Amino acid sequence: MSYQISDLCVSCHACMDVCPTKAIAQGESRFVIDSRACSHCDGDYAVSQCASICPVEGAILDQFGEVVNPPGSLTGIPPERIAALVAEGIL
Amino acid sequence: MDVFGPDQQNDAAGCTQVSCGSSKDHVDALPDSIRDRIKDHPCYSEEAHHHYARMHVAVAPACNIQCNYCNRKYDCANESRPGVVSEVLTPEQAVRKTLAVAASIPQMTVLGVAGPGDPLANPARTFETFRQLSEKAPDIKLCVSTNGLALPDCVEELAQYNVDHVTITINAVDPEIGAQIYPWIFWKNRRMRGVKAAKILLERQLRGLEMLIEKGILVKVNSVMIPGVNDAHLEEVSKVIRAKGAFLHNVMPLIAEAEHGTYYGVMGQRGPTQAELTTLQDACGDMNMMRHCRQCRADAVGLLGEDRGEDFTLAKIDGLEIDYQAAMKERAEVHAQIEADRTRKKERAADLKAQLQLQSGAGSARTLFTYNGLSVGQTSKDLSGLPADLRPVQMAVASQGQGLINQHFGHAKEFMIYEATPTGARLVGHRKTEQYCSGDTSCGDGETTLQKTIRMLSDCEAVLCSKIGFEPWDQLEAAGIAPNGEHAMEPIADAVMAVYRELYEGGALDAAATTRPISA
Repeated sequence: MSYQISDLCVSCHACMDVCPTKAIAQGESRFVIDSRACSHCDGDYAVSQCASICPVEGAILDQFGEVVNPPGSLTGIPPERIAALVAEGIL
Repeated sequence: MDVFGPDQQNDAAGCTQVSCGSSKDHVDALPDSIRDRIKDHPCYSEEAHHHYARMHVAVAPACNIQCNYCNRKYDCANESRPGVVSEVLTPEQAVRKTLAVAASIPQMTVLGVAGPGDPLANPARTFETFRQLSEKAPDIKLCVSTNGLALPDCVEELAQYNVDHVTITINAVDPEIGAQIYPWIFWKNRRMRGVKAAKILLERQLRGLEMLIEKGILVKVNSVMIPGVNDAHLEEVSKVIRAKGAFLHNVMPLIAEAEHGTYYGVMGQRGPTQAELTTLQDACGDMNMMRHCRQCRADAVGLLGEDRGEDFTLAKIDGLEIDYQAAMKERAEVHAQIEADRTRKKERAADLKAQLQLQSGAGSARTLFTYNGLSVGQTSKDLSGLPADLRPVQMAVASQGQGLINQHFGHAKEFMIYEATPTGARLVGHRKTEQYCSGDTSCGDGETTLQKTIRMLSDCEAVLCSKIGFEPWDQLEAAGIAPNGEHAMEPIADAVMAVYRELYEGGALDAAATTRPISA
């Protein structure tokens, strides 16, 4: 399996610009990774580039289908705080 | 516009002129060489923004750092704040849009790339846009704003195009403070965090600043004022950037609401009050401070405060045939006309200033005169009798320009915020009324625009406008803000001082009242 982009993607282009194998392209509503071209950055970088620059938690999934940047990992906002604001209808 | 009396110009407390924050923040304080370069730049010169228009194109969506006041997810049609944009363009689309706007709005002088990401984290798209525009529209100045991380690598290329102004956002020069503002950066192909990451970012910002100055490129620095985080530190930032050659410092208030989903919004970090912002701007007095920034959207179009972005969507410009050579000729003529008008006004102002000095020397009680629809009050004589230690009062003013109170409360899209003290009235900022979502159901927010406006003006004690309806009147009064329509069509500075005097005579400025809570 290759890396994948979930529907949380905000189409900011950042991953496309840093992908060493040019596996990422703009899709209809979000960016998409060509699974044949994705190498998980093996041989190019120690860490996968798309996951290392993506600003949206949960938008990048690794080759095992796991979220690389889980809730709270990029913004520092506790996930329960987000959940509370969603419950109040604020977010 | 140089129409101050000699007292006001030298007065550390500021001046009474209608469109100026203080003697130090006015572009008149800049050296001639810089003034000449920014005289037709609407964002840098409070005066130029009445004459010239600018636009931003959103070609740079990617970013290489995260700021705690930014949320990359947010994009709402009603939203209007920096870093937010509805339509990201390819360089080709951006060039087409710029040419269309420049042909339709001949006052346009400046094209900026300001995000929604970092323009220099998108070098291919940003520079392709600049390359095409410097070819097709050589008369348009190009502008770029950056967080500075990639800046040192881009200075050489920036200097190749018509870019002679760059804005760098520098919120700290101390990495410990920087680490509280930037949770991560993307550097040398990996995500870095903490003080180490902030140190790299801050060093790159300052190095980029030095390199730009060496190239003769003008640099403005933006700083976001975050109470409890960098507010006490920004004076130091101002000193450092001044020493390194930046010509203007724009300290902006943090915008943070829970519904924006930013770290600061969600965690309840408050923005500064106008009083805190003004105090800080005054404290940075050695530097030229910018006080008229409207914190525009990253895709704003037109004159400041009058966004025409919706007139120039891709769908609308698609069918347009543009003869840019003809448009450029027209633009040159319009600009020459604007400059001729400005020169004429300046000469008359200088003449009036001389008259004013003569008259005040002769001891006249009060001088009030009008030229080109702009009334100028020399109020210093009128202030005698006000105790020097009277507390300052903030007032909001609805105005469509010309230095007059000439707008209905309900029509105002922005308010000018004035501070009245015993030494005079001065402009300390602007606030937009519909800065955020207008409160309809689509955003899940029941608060009306009126309520939001009142909340936004809660640190003002009066609102001066030409007219006001019953409902807002009642609600403003209930919120402790005195509505005032008695000074319609009067010069702002005079009216503000007249209301200040009324407050004083009515006992509202007594010692007991100084504890009036100032809320954000």
